[in-house]
Amino acid sequence: FNSADIAAFKDVWVFCEQREGKLMPTDFELISKGRDLANELGVNLCGLLLGGEGIEAAAKELGGYGADKVYVCESPMLSVYNTDAYAKVICDVIEELKPEAFLIGATNIGRDLAPRCAARLHTGLCADCTHLDIDVANYIQFLREASTLDVDSQKWDMEDRNLKMTRPAFGGHLMATIICPRFRPCMATVRPGVMKKNPFDQAKADACVIEKPAFTLGEADVKTEVTEVVKAAKKLVDLIGADIIVSVGRGISKDVEGGIKLAEELAAELGGVVGGSRATIDSGWLSADHQVGQTGKTVHPKVYVALGISGAIQHKAGMQDSECIIAVNKNDTAPIFEIADYGICGDLFKVTPLLTEAIRAAKAAK
Amino acid sequence: MKIIVSIKQVPDTSGKVAVNPDGTLNRASMQTITNPDDMNALEAALKMKDATGCKVVVVTMGPPPAAGMLREALAMGADEAILVSAREFGGSDTYATSQILAAAVNRIGVEADDIVMCGRQAIDGDTAQVGPQMAEKLHLPQITYAADITKEGNTVTVKRMLEDGYMTIKTQTPCLITCIKELNEPRYMSVGGVFEAYGKPLTTYGYDDLKDDPLIDATTIGLKGSPTNIFKSFTPPQKGAGMMLEGADKATCEKLAGILAAKHII
Repeated sequence: FNSADIAAFKDVWVFCEQREGKLMPTDFELISKGRDLANELGVNLCGLLLGGEGIEAAAKELGGYGADKVYVCESPMLSVYNTDAYAKVICDVIEELKPEAFLIGATNIGRDLAPRCAARLHTGLCADCTHLDIDVANYIQFLREASTLDVDSQKWDMEDRNLKMTRPAFGGHLMATIICPRFRPCMATVRPGVMKKNPFDQAKADACVIEKPAFTLGEADVKTEVTEVVKAAKKLVDLIGADIIVSVGRGISKDVEGGIKLAEELAAELGGVVGGSRATIDSGWLSADHQVGQTGKTVHPKVYVALGISGAIQHKAGMQDSECIIAVNKNDTAPIFEIADYGICGDLFKVTPLLTEAIRAAKAAK
Repeated sequence: MKIIVSIKQVPDTSGKVAVNPDGTLNRASMQTITNPDDMNALEAALKMKDATGCKVVVVTMGPPPAAGMLREALAMGADEAILVSAREFGGSDTYATSQILAAAVNRIGVEADDIVMCGRQAIDGDTAQVGPQMAEKLHLPQITYAADITKEGNTVTVKRMLEDGYMTIKTQTPCLITCIKELNEPRYMSVGGVFEAYGKPLTTYGYDDLKDDPLIDATTIGLKGSPTNIFKSFTPPQKGAGMMLEGADKATCEKLAGILAAKHII
């Protein structure tokens, strides 16, 4: 296998993660984005789905979001994620079929798997991408909107066919576009919740081709054993899918339960969910699945309400792309006001109930 | 038994991040710290040392000032420190970095009873790639996102966190584990530890010390050996300042509700 023989590689692939036989939401996001990239390159978009016996049944659905073909690898040894088994099968199939780009969701599993495979294949991997381009004209357009660069004064090679992988660094203060010009496949993990999902198309799902590539996998290939998989008892808070998020920060410290209750009431009135800064999670006020920020979830809801959150860069990194940010904070120099669309300087315990009431009244008046 | 802990010196991003006019990071203006997840890895190693008396070796790749961070690790209780530093190693991406660190670990030597530990990810690059890539280059099994580690004989059992729960994974030593903050609370340096730290061995591996390892090759290290390159780096435009609503009373909230209604948000 020669990863430097670039001409031998073709097609865009998406690793389609499954847990307990169910596809993950990131699969559909990545298939949708992969469709654009495959179109720009004029190649096929393929899903790669690994799982236990019968996982093939889930494959056609991927076609509904844009996959031309899904490669399915079935084995009892693949039903539960295992680094060794998955890396072996994926690398074998990639060495045989040679995709030019390979996208993986940056889940806890994707971030375990992708670097292992990239190291084995001797190729480049860009982590946690938030934007992907092939076409240089599209990339220039992206820079015009999302950067302070003077794009017109720069020289561009319009024939460049490399995957341009853009990701935030240092909490979004700096953006970097990474390329992998000399090796293939060009690999990227993509932050969940960032790419927009296409509408499902049944006709395309029906037309999707399923293929089962040959692979070998034996006990000797697997040095780790998963003895149990435990799901958190509580239902996961769907921060990424929420349109409205009301988040609380250290500002609720004088009455934690009361503060969370006020946030819940406001969230209920707006039809959203409650999130929190790292301070609230570290203090044990909210469970970790509520955490917004660099080490929590990246969200971009239509409305993000920050109650008593100062706005450290680690927090802003996870929410600054929200369409509308409303901040309530006692301190008028809090950095959260730098990115807020609407700011109220005041005590959240006084302002939040008034705001909930005002919104209720405004809705009633409509 | 020994535990090799790979740690990294990073800018402290909890302070203000300064960006130069050309869009690059102004590192000189920032304090440096040991990467937080790496502190959890080091603490996990030191706990095993407390329990079993095993040896703990810390290793880092970086410029010569990173030796200060290694002294801190020695002051916490590590026995030996290795600084991997050479001009040839500069500009490495995660692939090249893992090649070099794996070569350094090979030189330290991994025996049947040993564990290699890393943090899950560094707060400057945020890639979470170097640990698994080192594991691959060292042909070791890996377990990432470790929130609990127990070792009995040569069997290591790890609670590995998922987004919505965890899995329990068993493997044999030698293995590589990447650690997260849920694992433990890192200890402080002791005054005695700081004093002793300057008497403990701190070795530097330069290019010549590692060049004979098959992993070290002009095509696999440094800027030239890095599969990924930076194509562009840029700063996002500052979002225009928003509107501060004067007052914090009923009228203010009604005004905001009115704006949200006008924008069809509610």
